[in-house]
Amino acid sequence: MKIHEYQAKEILREFGVATPRGIACFSVDQAVAAASKLGGSVWVVKAQIHAGGRGKGGGVKVARSLAEVRQLAAKILGMTLVTHQTGAHGQVVRRLLLEQGAAIKKELYIGMVVDRSSQRVCLMASSEGGMDIEQVAASTPEKIHKLLIDPLAGLTEQDADDVARKIGIAEPAVTEARILLQNLYRAFDSTDASLVEINPLILTADDHVLALDAKMNFDDNALFRHPEISALRDLDEEDPAEIEASKHDLSYISLDGNIGCLVNGAGLAMATMDIIKLYGGSPANFLDVGGGATAEKVAEAFKLMLRNPKLQAILVNIFGGIMKCDVIAEGVVAAAREVQLSVPLVVRLEGTNVDLGKKILAESGLPIISASNMADAAEKAVTAAKGV
Amino acid sequence: MAILIDKNTRVMTQGITGKTGQFHTRMCRDYANGRNCFVAGVNPKKPGEDFEGIPIYATVKEAKQASGATVSVIYVPPPFAAAAIDEAVEAELDLVICITEGIPVRDMLRTRYKMQGRKTRLIGPNCPGIITPDEIKIGIMPGHIHKKGRIGVVSRSGTLTYEAVAQLMEQGLGQSTCIGIGGDPVNGLKHLDVMQLFNADDATDAVVMVGEIGGSDEEDCARWVRDNMQKPVVGFIAGVTAPAGKRMGHAGAIISGGKGTAQEKLAVMEECGIKVTRNPAEMGKLLKSVLR
Repeated sequence: MKIHEYQAKEILREFGVATPRGIACFSVDQAVAAASKLGGSVWVVKAQIHAGGRGKGGGVKVARSLAEVRQLAAKILGMTLVTHQTGAHGQVVRRLLLEQGAAIKKELYIGMVVDRSSQRVCLMASSEGGMDIEQVAASTPEKIHKLLIDPLAGLTEQDADDVARKIGIAEPAVTEARILLQNLYRAFDSTDASLVEINPLILTADDHVLALDAKMNFDDNALFRHPEISALRDLDEEDPAEIEASKHDLSYISLDGNIGCLVNGAGLAMATMDIIKLYGGSPANFLDVGGGATAEKVAEAFKLMLRNPKLQAILVNIFGGIMKCDVIAEGVVAAAREVQLSVPLVVRLEGTNVDLGKKILAESGLPIISASNMADAAEKAVTAAKGV
Repeated sequence: MAILIDKNTRVMTQGITGKTGQFHTRMCRDYANGRNCFVAGVNPKKPGEDFEGIPIYATVKEAKQASGATVSVIYVPPPFAAAAIDEAVEAELDLVICITEGIPVRDMLRTRYKMQGRKTRLIGPNCPGIITPDEIKIGIMPGHIHKKGRIGVVSRSGTLTYEAVAQLMEQGLGQSTCIGIGGDPVNGLKHLDVMQLFNADDATDAVVMVGEIGGSDEEDCARWVRDNMQKPVVGFIAGVTAPAGKRMGHAGAIISGGKGTAQEKLAVMEECGIKVTRNPAEMGKLLKSVLR
């Protein structure tokens, strides 16, 4: 799960990570009031969307007067921000973070992720903050320092000091940097985060360290023990079809194509998308109905796919193991009747009770195109989607 | 022989009294030699009871001592599943197969850390399990689609593994052992570990390796195959069409930071001498074509 920058900073402050003073705002008037409350003479108006690249997209601006705060807040709030992470359709800005300006001496980078190969949390730090860190990693890998953290000992003082010095933090600020790094790791670990990124971490003109930006993602599997984090979910940032899917415990991702896929199992679902592409078609979605799909779940899955105006055909690919093909066939028939299917439906069934399943489909009287294997199914779905 | 398990393996079920545990213990017991293989269950609240004749013990240690089981299969719900693995490791079982889906990554990080230097091997979590056809099945895969033979199958996915097995059967090829290693980012045995076992197994002639986007396990395995493997290996990677940054169902199936794409994995596998197909309907045919 993703959250906004201002929410991440609130969490980090609770763990003692220093951040600039700031206030979240939902209107222009709130932004101006926040600026007066924060005081000072320089403010930063920051668009709050989940995607990165906000600065480049024009969503982060510096204001030097309250009038300018008003003007910038009015401009950013409600704008559709297009960044390399939003896709071409962009994301509407509905929230702002108004922050006190900071005098920056140096911009650094800190990230933490779970490293799969070492099975540890990996801390990544670089003196090259504020930029696209993937570019830094590609062009000057020696400037990225990595440290694997022992899950029982946590981030030790020595390791934290060492990281701080390696990224060029001056001696007077090393202790403060160590505390920040240790607190950052505590925040990561305690909240079941899957990613924390501080880009940039800054060294201020008077040698303090501050998290100027903050990004946190969380492990969906652990949200059951963090209701306070689940409450931060912003549905405006998510695809409506994916929200609807999650209500029915379906794993669904919208894609750009026109062939809807309904599959059991994530691996087989991806493979089904791949084979559609291989035969010259384009998948409209990833959809895993899971191992224990019921007729109701299959019906919900059909409704979800049919919401997509681009949909030209549906391909059902089920390998019935524990889930029997006749049960699935009954679900498909019931769903197709209920939703008054308007596009061609290709069904490929394999596995337990497959003959019975095929018989149910054939006797339903519905115009279901039956396929004998994955390749046959993909070919038929691609042809059907072309309307020939 | 086969790898890791055969008809002489003795198994306990952790979480035997839950709905899933009951259902699958029954299915496994009814498969091949299952009646002799599934000898114990664990539930701290129900020691002394039994599940359809299978005795239940309070702890893994007691179950091991009383029944002689050296392998466990776990169906415990996600909040408690990592602790169930820990208990099996503490009791020094040989192999633990964790079927449970949805275990927090932080729990698995700690569990894997504690497993260092211990003898227990882990398959999963979030996996279909392992089967040595016509001898024993431990997990949730449909037993009847398999047949004893000489092809090894290793995969991160469940139903895609069944697909690979069905395609082998179409070619008249049975399997030595099939393993689903699971779709989580922090797990036990990797493709590489399983490949080493297949390489050393007299009963395996060739291997189908099925991967998916995310991580670099398939690449690591491919490099080992290039330098060490004595048997033909064919492969498929799911997710060529998966967009970056989107989690494709499995917690581990995500392309992040431009890493872990299917194209990259397929390219490395090909460079390492593994015959790959981009068509998931042709895994069986491809394997048949490389048999000597």
